[in-house]
Amino acid sequence: MSYRNDPYDPKQAALLSPDALSSAVERAGEDFAAASDLDALGALKPAHLGDRSPVSLARREIGSLPPAAKADAGKRVNLVRQEIQAAFDERHAALEVERAAKVLVEERVDVTLPWDRRPRGARHPITTLMEHMGDLFAGMGYDVVEGPELELEWANFDALNIGPDNPVRGAMDTFYVDLPGLVMRTHTSPGQVRSMLTRQPPIYVVCPGRVYRSDELDATHSPVFHQIEGLVVDEGITMAHLRGTLDHFARAMFGPDARTRWRPHYFPFTEPSAEFDVWFAQHRDGPRWVEWGGCGMVNPRVLVACGIDPDRYSGFAFGMGVDRTLMFRNGVGDMHDLVEGDVRFTANFGMEV
Amino acid sequence: MKTSLSWLRDYVELPADLTVEQLDDALTNLGMEVESIVDQAATVKGDLVVGKVLTIEELTGFKKPIRFCTVDVGKAVPQEIVCGARNFAVGDLVAVILPGGELPGGFKIGARKTYGHNSNGMICSAAELGLGTDHSGIIVLPAGSAVPGADARPAVGLDDILVEVEITPDRGYEMSLRGLARELSYAFEAAFTDPALVPAPGGTAEPPHGVTVEDTVGCDRFSARVVRGIDPHASSPAWMQRRLVAAGIRTISLPVDITNYLMLELGQPMHVFDLNRLSGPLVVRRARPGEKLTTLDGVARVLDAEDMVICDDTGPISLAAVMGGETSEWQPDTVDVLLEAAHWDPVMVGRTARRHKLFSEAAKRWERGVDPSLTLAALERAVQILTTHAGGTVDERVLDLDHVREPEVILLDPALPAQRIGLPYPADRVVELLTRIGCTVAGVEPLEVTPPTWRPDLLAPIDLVEEVARLGGYNDIPSLLPPARGGSGVTPAQRRRRTIGRALAENGYVEVLSYPFVAPGLFDALGYPEDDPRRSAVRLTNPLSEEEPLLRTSLLAPLLGTLKRNLGRGQRDLALYEIGSVFLPGGSTTPPPAMGVDRRPSDADWAAANAFLPAQPWHLAAVLTGEIEPSGWWGPGRTATWSDAVEAARIALEAAGMTADRVSVAAAELAPWHPGRCAAISVDGVVIGHAGELHPAVISALELPKRTVATELDLTAIPAAPVVQGVRISSFPPALIDVALVLDRAVPAARVEAALAEGAGELLESVALFDVYESDQLGAGKRSLAYKLTFRAPDRTLTSEEALAARDAAVAAVASKFGATLRGA
Repeated sequence: MSYRNDPYDPKQAALLSPDALSSAVERAGEDFAAASDLDALGALKPAHLGDRSPVSLARREIGSLPPAAKADAGKRVNLVRQEIQAAFDERHAALEVERAAKVLVEERVDVTLPWDRRPRGARHPITTLMEHMGDLFAGMGYDVVEGPELELEWANFDALNIGPDNPVRGAMDTFYVDLPGLVMRTHTSPGQVRSMLTRQPPIYVVCPGRVYRSDELDATHSPVFHQIEGLVVDEGITMAHLRGTLDHFARAMFGPDARTRWRPHYFPFTEPSAEFDVWFAQHRDGPRWVEWGGCGMVNPRVLVACGIDPDRYSGFAFGMGVDRTLMFRNGVGDMHDLVEGDVRFTANFGMEV
Repeated sequence: MKTSLSWLRDYVELPADLTVEQLDDALTNLGMEVESIVDQAATVKGDLVVGKVLTIEELTGFKKPIRFCTVDVGKAVPQEIVCGARNFAVGDLVAVILPGGELPGGFKIGARKTYGHNSNGMICSAAELGLGTDHSGIIVLPAGSAVPGADARPAVGLDDILVEVEITPDRGYEMSLRGLARELSYAFEAAFTDPALVPAPGGTAEPPHGVTVEDTVGCDRFSARVVRGIDPHASSPAWMQRRLVAAGIRTISLPVDITNYLMLELGQPMHVFDLNRLSGPLVVRRARPGEKLTTLDGVARVLDAEDMVICDDTGPISLAAVMGGETSEWQPDTVDVLLEAAHWDPVMVGRTARRHKLFSEAAKRWERGVDPSLTLAALERAVQILTTHAGGTVDERVLDLDHVREPEVILLDPALPAQRIGLPYPADRVVELLTRIGCTVAGVEPLEVTPPTWRPDLLAPIDLVEEVARLGGYNDIPSLLPPARGGSGVTPAQRRRRTIGRALAENGYVEVLSYPFVAPGLFDALGYPEDDPRRSAVRLTNPLSEEEPLLRTSLLAPLLGTLKRNLGRGQRDLALYEIGSVFLPGGSTTPPPAMGVDRRPSDADWAAANAFLPAQPWHLAAVLTGEIEPSGWWGPGRTATWSDAVEAARIALEAAGMTADRVSVAAAELAPWHPGRCAAISVDGVVIGHAGELHPAVISALELPKRTVATELDLTAIPAAPVVQGVRISSFPPALIDVALVLDRAVPAARVEAALAEGAGELLESVALFDVYESDQLGAGKRSLAYKLTFRAPDRTLTSEEALAARDAAVAAVASKFGATLRGA
């Protein structure tokens, strides 16, 4: 008779009793629920699922059972173990969610703190306005051309039918230099001349750029300012085409209500000539007509000087001040702001005007 | 040109109820710029009434004599008024403004107590009513001319509308009542009476005074008449004075006022000589160079060979068409006068006026063109007005030396107006409109159009088209886009400048546009050596400021001035950039050939002219001072250093499409940079600009903040960007290996990097310098450069052996070139 071989020892198998097993599940559930964080839960794991846990010890007792009882006992122990493991996993998942939420709360910041660590720069509104104007004409099929600011007197005056006795050629209006036959261009119109000399009709160009007149700087004048000039030379071009072009440009710049109004005027390089106003509904002092620029049909004398047959081709030209446009369009009150280079003025405009 | 509506109405039957707005629109649409239209009646607000002085009490004991008056202003009770003037008596009619009224200049009238008496209003002077400058006393109206209480405006002449218009330089005829009235007759389809249509005697065989015209180009018509025995004390009639004042012309004497009046009325400037002060016959000729004449303004003038003069036996007595001389002028005791009406060459007058800076009313008209047919009519009108008001005997002889050429016929295709205007204009309508402006039209196809004598501006068919369009109405022209022709928009160079500007702005730089004018002393301040080509600058001969007569040869020079202005306004942290032209003389030394305008210049002439033009490349400049990264709650900021200036160049070149392998940076020495902190920036081995810290001496000379840094690049010199080719992206993992190399400090990092790249071979994907460490522990004059090398193959995962072999090759290359050793090896 040997204790060892005794197949059934109720004392040794006490842990396998249904009561003991269910109480192990119950205790584990209570303990897990009481664990307040993942560390506490982790600390409880050996007591309920480790080698010395009741369910593990119970499993060992299976060997002491008679063969007939082993299968049943094994099944019961496994179920209990799965139950405890499930309780553990459930609590673990819950605590993980809780911890993640807590981290998010702890990591909260004040998103209203200023964050201008890399200040943006800005482009000058004259630059961006000239680009905008150039793009609008590019959209109408024009080329955007340029010419030198220090220009041939012939291109700035003679070719444009501004004869040697025209008062605008005087030193009161025009900057001369210590090189003969050159002037600081007084308008962007020599760009027209250069286009006509280097291209064949049809010619559709605009010439934006810097121009010079010997005026003292004041609220509305500057010796250095900017113009955009347009030129079309083609067969059958009429004043109606000029009007259509200016009206279209006006709408693109100033909105669908914009249109132009013409007043007969005199320019040596155009005949007929007109000055034109634009209806500007968004003017900060209320909707009104604003003087905008000059225009006309290219004088046949100009075509001749540029080698274009005035009997076959006609054309129109127009020009307006970019600075002036910026001033009334964007409510800039003083020319000084445009020329002084104060960063606060430019920064206000950002990347587009 | 200033005038009054009532005067215009003498010649054109304008609507009686014409409003200021209608008049403004009509003048504007005729092509005149309306400076002002002033309803004189509205310039004095409230009750301005006729008063009759009832009593005058002289008040004493004040610093000046004061009168306390009672005045009948048509009310039950006389008005009590205190007045400082003394030129009136009991019973006189005066102009009284009652309390609540307002005089020109916003002077409001109230009832007040002054000098111990109530004063309910004011008795007005001409000056107070804005009618002139006469402050000497109040206006006394002619006895019986009005009843007390009536509106005083008509009585004092405050009932007109004053018109001031600016005339375009091609339309001299509009500088007269005759011309303005004619133009308004088109606008209102109103009847026009030409004041020049007076019967005037023609030239007689015998002249009233001997005159020879030696230069009939300068003077193609000279007419004169003589009146003897006028009353030298006769004054100009009030109506004439009022009209002259309305036109802004000072009244002087009857004979002079008459010439001014007729200049306004007809547009014919005239001159009046004292016949008894002329020595012998007159000669009209060009001045001899150096001849002298003291003009009416008291200025002794040295004459030019182009000036025209009227001479007597004593020499020049008048600067023809521009201003008379002192010796022959009308005087207060003049009794015999010679009236001259001539026609002068507009070009000559313009040059003379500019040469002598004498822009008289006469010169302004001559320069714009005067009707040559007016002289006899003007003389007749002058003689009539003069004798009416000053008596005298008219010499029946009339001088008229007429060499005027008839206006030339213009051949006009009747279809041309419609073809250019874009509106149908049938031939009969064209003829009608041209006839209306005074042209004589004959023929059919083409029309033979003879312009009127007052329109010297009508020379070519297109000039006639303009008249058709103008009278037809500009604003009726339809609005029609021309057919699209297809263009290429902005050029690559323009697009590149935009991209560069945007890239810099995104990186914190603010664009400014500086004037390109610089002072010669700036070149010294910038430390340019004596032979520096940037010292050779184009000079303005008429600069606005004598201190800044030169055109910039670098953008940086004026940009530093803009930087200082911002600093002066309290900015501390600044990053500025500018893109603009510089002006570099040094082209051909052959001045531009004379090129006509009757045909295209020859290709050779055009090329020669442009070769003379100084090069004007586009440059980019940037300048930085203070913090480029600001300090804040996140921590300290970062002050801009030389390296930020180099980065600005790199930003620009990257934006210009220059890949890193085409851009190189090398140490350089160039003013105005610090010789040890200046980088030459090259593309494809060609230097296109410099960047770095400014020289301390430059900073000191220009009073800039210490360590100011700057960049300047020649954008025009950057080659065109190629069409970008796609790169093959490897999907295999990279191998990352760091190496730290110990080298002489003098070895430039850029060259180390280039050697690493060369040695590593094609497996190298990138190389990045992540640490620069200098310590004597490395050895005297040594430093350590630590690089992160990234290797990758396009077709496989690299083995560590492959990566290490490439690393070793890279290090070996640097070792053999610069004696580098691996740190810690």
